[in-house]
Amino acid sequence: MEKELYTITAFSENHIGLLNRITIIFTRRHLNIESLTVSSTEMKGIHRFTIVVEASLDLIERVTNQIEKLPEVLRAAWYVNDDIVYREIALYKIPINYAIDRNIEQVLREYNARLVDIQNDFVIIEKTGHVEDTEKLYDVLKPYKILQFVRSGRISISKHKKELATYLSELPINEYIKE
Amino acid sequence: MEKEQKNTKKMTGSHAVIQSLLAEGVDLIFGYPGGAIMPVYDALYDYHDKLHHVLTRHEQGAVHAAQGYARVTGKVGVSIVTSGPGATNAVTGIADAMIDSTPLVVISGQVGSSLLGTDAFQEIDVVGITQPITKWNFQIKSAQEIPGALARAFYIARSGRPGPVLIDITKDAQSSTLDFAYTPVTKIRSYTPVNAPDESQILKAAQLINEAKKPLILVGQGVILGGAENELKTFAEKTGIPAAWTLLGLSALPSDHPLNVGMLGMHGNYGPNVLTNEADLLIAIGMRFDDRVTGNTKAYGVNAKFIHMELDPAEINKIIKVDAPILGNVKETLPLLTAKVIKNNHAEWRNEFKKYDVVEAERIINEELKPSKDGITMGEVINKISTAYNDDAICITDVGQHQMMASRYFKFKQTRSIVTSGGLGTMGFGLPAAIGAKMGRPDRPVVLFVGDGGFQMTIQELGTIFQTEIDVKIVLLNNNFLGMVRQWQELFFDKRYASTELINPDFQTIAKGYGLHVEKVTNRSSLDESIGRMIKSKGAYLLEVIVEKEGNVFPMVPAGASVSDVRLE
Repeated sequence: MEKELYTITAFSENHIGLLNRITIIFTRRHLNIESLTVSSTEMKGIHRFTIVVEASLDLIERVTNQIEKLPEVLRAAWYVNDDIVYREIALYKIPINYAIDRNIEQVLREYNARLVDIQNDFVIIEKTGHVEDTEKLYDVLKPYKILQFVRSGRISISKHKKELATYLSELPINEYIKE
Repeated sequence: MEKEQKNTKKMTGSHAVIQSLLAEGVDLIFGYPGGAIMPVYDALYDYHDKLHHVLTRHEQGAVHAAQGYARVTGKVGVSIVTSGPGATNAVTGIADAMIDSTPLVVISGQVGSSLLGTDAFQEIDVVGITQPITKWNFQIKSAQEIPGALARAFYIARSGRPGPVLIDITKDAQSSTLDFAYTPVTKIRSYTPVNAPDESQILKAAQLINEAKKPLILVGQGVILGGAENELKTFAEKTGIPAAWTLLGLSALPSDHPLNVGMLGMHGNYGPNVLTNEADLLIAIGMRFDDRVTGNTKAYGVNAKFIHMELDPAEINKIIKVDAPILGNVKETLPLLTAKVIKNNHAEWRNEFKKYDVVEAERIINEELKPSKDGITMGEVINKISTAYNDDAICITDVGQHQMMASRYFKFKQTRSIVTSGGLGTMGFGLPAAIGAKMGRPDRPVVLFVGDGGFQMTIQELGTIFQTEIDVKIVLLNNNFLGMVRQWQELFFDKRYASTELINPDFQTIAKGYGLHVEKVTNRSSLDESIGRMIKSKGAYLLEVIVEKEGNVFPMVPAGASVSDVRLE
């Protein structure tokens, strides 16, 4: 089966050790995690894992089932890119003299990026978007002598029109909300 | 959550551990003390009349004993170990319980919470170590967490697909005080132990069954774990479908049931293996298509559609893509399916199995059970002992050739009558598991078959037998070889017997030292009498039988081959 990029989203209790329990499901099958982001959700005590992995659909289904099987995971699901809206955020640190000399304003405008900090000797630029977008900006900024570059893991939201609470309440045990 | 009026009682964490166990109905635990668990052992001293503690000789033995207990009783087995090496010694047993879905709660002591992460004496990250081999685990750092965490532990261990849970308790949590109240857990919001079946899949399955000409039932341990033995029988008898079993599904259906066609897989029976690839429908009930059952999955069930009745959604489509998955406990789903299938007989198809039985008897079984050669075979010993117990003993095995021989030739009338390490194949499992099994079912005879290799992996548990005076019959099938590995070397490695020959000590002297009745059989002529003496004896017994050195287990599906390429020699 052909490999593709998938995004797995899992909602879980906020318990110590769960991150490791989830990642070993991947490492045991020799799957390299492209990115992993954990954050709180709009529901108190519920955390969201967003995991990006390149694998065959067959393997993704099995891995997602194994994640959902964990007693502390409420729900796990996989998506292809078309099912979700997703973003990464990138930060670029550039020497201030390069930024001034080479008309950084035009680049910011053209690439929809923002200047988020200015210090005596450097500036920090922020750009959100898909990997291709932040990479493109990286190439553009290369002549500006990038001092540092960092990119976050993916965050994503599914295109279904559902609130998280509704989504979770459709679980087999739907007394979920009462707790 | 509603505020409940709770009658709390002030006590130390260690007393809370004991009170929690008692609240869960536990009256027997297996363990080994040490520094970090001493407060709990101190509390145990006050409860010796209510909570019996069995002191094993190694923590691996404590966990295997708890497994043996759990497997024969269906209750949660409990063991208790100290931190560091105590916990790491328990790891093999926990892993074994995980892969064989055995409900366990393992309580480990841990260094004081202020010392966590400092490489303190006997500190080990046991929660980290056991993450891949537990259904759930948790570290308790304050006494107040004890009743809640243990209530969760028991609920998770026994509900849904059972499994082991490890609870690690820091020493200070054991010694500080709490207001104790115990509320059993009956629901966890993030955990769905049993999924409801999809009605349309049941209808689809019923249709597949009604249309099938050559259907075969594959019975797994899920039937036993779900207590669905009667439901299975009713389903099989109505449909007239022959039923074969996996190693762990053994004893779910009585050996002499007319629809029981034998064992599946690597050393299973000839008919069920070959006919798996002639069947037009395979109905898997509480089994997980282990590679020892399926052989090469690409050449497995080649003419068949698949129905998979299974509790664990992660098992669906994991190995075999199925046509009709039916989620849920088979105890509930089997009657739903039985109601929708038509009465049938499949006499002709069942007759096919008989033809293969004749071939297997002629080529293998007759010679194994009534050898023409002088050497005693494992099969004949096992068969004679099974018969001597009227086919109604609890059979415990270790791992290797004797295990496969026992699963082939020991016969069963009741469910939960075999305890064997299936998924993990843990040598050394047998002796401690037999101790736990006998303690779980003191009313039934317990006979252990063990090889000379595996016996020496946990032989120290003879000390536990000595101390507890438990009535376990040990049948040591001694061929002075690691027999199964030697068989593979013979068949696949040009008879290069690398490190498989064992120069053994005198097991008679060793067992005598531990106070067992002992007897050694080297000649067929004295076998029957010796077996008779063992069965009549009171107390633990070692019957050592010197068996043929280079006996092989057949039939055999070589690893990676198709089940229909099963070898008879």
